[in-house]
Amino acid sequence: MKHSSFFWFVLPSSLMMLLFIAFPIVSVVTQSLYQAHDQVIIEVENCGPFGCTVDTSVDSEATAALRAAEPLGQWAGLDIYKDRNHLALDEVAQAWVNSDGLPDFGRTLMNLPFYDAMAFTLTYTAIVTPLTIILGFFIAIAVNAVARALRGPTIFFSLLPMIVTPLVGSLILFWMVDARGILGTSLQWLADDPTLSVKASTPMMWIMLMVYGVWHSAPFAFIVYYAGLQTVNTDTLEAAMIDGASRWQRIRYVVIPHLVPLTTFIALIQLMDNFRVFEPIVSFSAQAHATSLSYAIFNDLGGETRLLSSAAATSVLTIIGVGILLSPVLVRTWREFGSPR
Amino acid sequence: MKIWKNAMLGTAIAALTATGALGCEADGRVSIIGNEFPAIQTVAAAAGACTGIDFSSNLTADHQTLNVAGMSGNPAEYTTAIVANSSIVALINEDVIQPLDDLVAAYGQDISPSQLITVDGKIMAVAFMANAQHLVYRGDVLEAAGLEVPTSYEEVLAAAEAIRTAGIMENPVGGAYAAGWNLAQEFTNMYIGTGGQFFKPGTAEVSINNAQGVEALEMMKALTAYMNPDYLTHDSNATSAEWEAGNVALMNMWGSRTGVLMDDEGSEPVVYENTMVSGPLTVGDSGTPATTLWWDGWTVAKNISDADAAATFKAMAAGVSPAILNDETMGQAVWLMEGYTPAPVNEGVLASVAAGSQPYPMRPFQGLLHTALGDNIADFLQGNESAEQTLADIEAAYTAAATEKGFLQ
Repeated sequence: MKHSSFFWFVLPSSLMMLLFIAFPIVSVVTQSLYQAHDQVIIEVENCGPFGCTVDTSVDSEATAALRAAEPLGQWAGLDIYKDRNHLALDEVAQAWVNSDGLPDFGRTLMNLPFYDAMAFTLTYTAIVTPLTIILGFFIAIAVNAVARALRGPTIFFSLLPMIVTPLVGSLILFWMVDARGILGTSLQWLADDPTLSVKASTPMMWIMLMVYGVWHSAPFAFIVYYAGLQTVNTDTLEAAMIDGASRWQRIRYVVIPHLVPLTTFIALIQLMDNFRVFEPIVSFSAQAHATSLSYAIFNDLGGETRLLSSAAATSVLTIIGVGILLSPVLVRTWREFGSPR
Repeated sequence: MKIWKNAMLGTAIAALTATGALGCEADGRVSIIGNEFPAIQTVAAAAGACTGIDFSSNLTADHQTLNVAGMSGNPAEYTTAIVANSSIVALINEDVIQPLDDLVAAYGQDISPSQLITVDGKIMAVAFMANAQHLVYRGDVLEAAGLEVPTSYEEVLAAAEAIRTAGIMENPVGGAYAAGWNLAQEFTNMYIGTGGQFFKPGTAEVSINNAQGVEALEMMKALTAYMNPDYLTHDSNATSAEWEAGNVALMNMWGSRTGVLMDDEGSEPVVYENTMVSGPLTVGDSGTPATTLWWDGWTVAKNISDADAAATFKAMAAGVSPAILNDETMGQAVWLMEGYTPAPVNEGVLASVAAGSQPYPMRPFQGLLHTALGDNIADFLQGNESAEQTLADIEAAYTAAATEKGFLQ
């Protein structure tokens, strides 16, 4: 393709990406470097149906001129990134000096919101991503072996967890694991412990969130693998059969090598998605047991006083986190496609 | 939900036109943003019934995420926001609502002075209903266990133990203890009940890491021993459902929700017939009830023309006039207008007011502390750390947030 025709070919999508992806990110990064102007606090008397109280209020006239001159707020540099609700550099340094051995340091670290959220997010990503890929692969192999007439309905049912809206899907599971729900009661019966409650225990809540994560995203891996299975060279498979290869050997030595590039793709998408885990935490009301960076953003924006800069800083940290997580896969893809064949 | 909403508005309008009490005329744009529950539906419908106005309303549970943004433009999208004492501060902080003194003088002759919310002598809102959390109990269960109605949390603990020992209920205490806003609200109640002060007077410096803070947390933890083990996931809705399922005999609940608990929908007769309300509970010997008083009221946007402001004021004044009170609307809330006669469901709120409870603080940075409380208290209730550590964490989280918002330098 000529350079000029390539340019005109990609121009519309580049413009769209610039407008809807690049500019918002620039705006978020900018916002995270500013904080609100110093507020002038005055003592006032508030009166209402329940009588009068002396309390504080913001003298908005005093800061109106400042706000008009600098609507973004005052320059904060990296202060917000460094504060206790984000990277908490001072607190971590202090804990390192004062702590009584590594376990004590770990406990102090887990008490800081950012590291607490990271601990869950990384565990979730590390466990859910491989399980999704393995489960998706086996569903694809199984569906591919189903008689042709039944394949349509089977594919449809296998895709259901992905079709169901995440909030609804997790809400259904949430009700089922309730102490009086079908799964919750079964667990109590299995464990022979009538007081067992999934929602009250942190480890159980983590397991439930991860089970939900795998359930929800396995269909994605399945459908990609299933598409890949249709392109497996049947000559090679037949040759392997004639050589006396068992079903497992054919999968191991013919099918899996053929599907490896797809695995890279699925891993890429799933790492990104899982790092941004959010909906199940909200629907499971799991914030007492597990939080993630996305949940922290939601929490900052949902309060009566919105913390825009704090949410922006967490967003930037999320982007950096995704970047770090994806770098090995990206480097690998770069090498594969960049090298002359 | 949409259909239901329209149906509600329809019945409210029908009820109002039937009384024929409306005689409101104005010329201008009226656009309401507010929360969604029956009392507010009634007010919005009555305001919309004014003749000559260009009327629209957006009543949604997400109103707090929309009102500041929708009133910041010039002209503002919403000419009035229906807010409560906690949420009005966000509008005052961002300077998007106007003082109403002139409008009250011109058109507010029917508004009772006690409805006016003033900040630093300027009228910023007109309140129309009151709300508070108070004790809700099951009369039959207390009787079966041979107990008096508790008036303090200490008595609640004793009663809960007696009910459990008698084998009537395993977890007789309920409460909206879901991590987040609800849990923070319960701490706020309890801390006020111990006589604690949230901030150093006149400053934004938090001071809850003290004996009262520990006392409040310890009492909350003691109560959770008698709650369903899933309490950290139970918000007001889930707690009400537990009540209607007949699993709970004592709880601190919003007055605005007792109507649902006492009607014959969603529960067995033995539950709803024996659901009783009482006043607020106390903790320790401070004498201050462990609850907060709330009002709901309306404001007028700053960035709108004088004509629209006058039309909005007139329409909203008609929306909260005594004329809206009839058999159907009377029980929807504890109305602040003249002519309101309380129903039995509303006695808890009135008892809370009579007991000298404090209003929820109308303070610019209270919301930031509320968020910090909701994020950290669960750690203590789960037994992960000491009360002092939890209080120190809350103070540190608040301080970082307040610094970002410019309240602390």
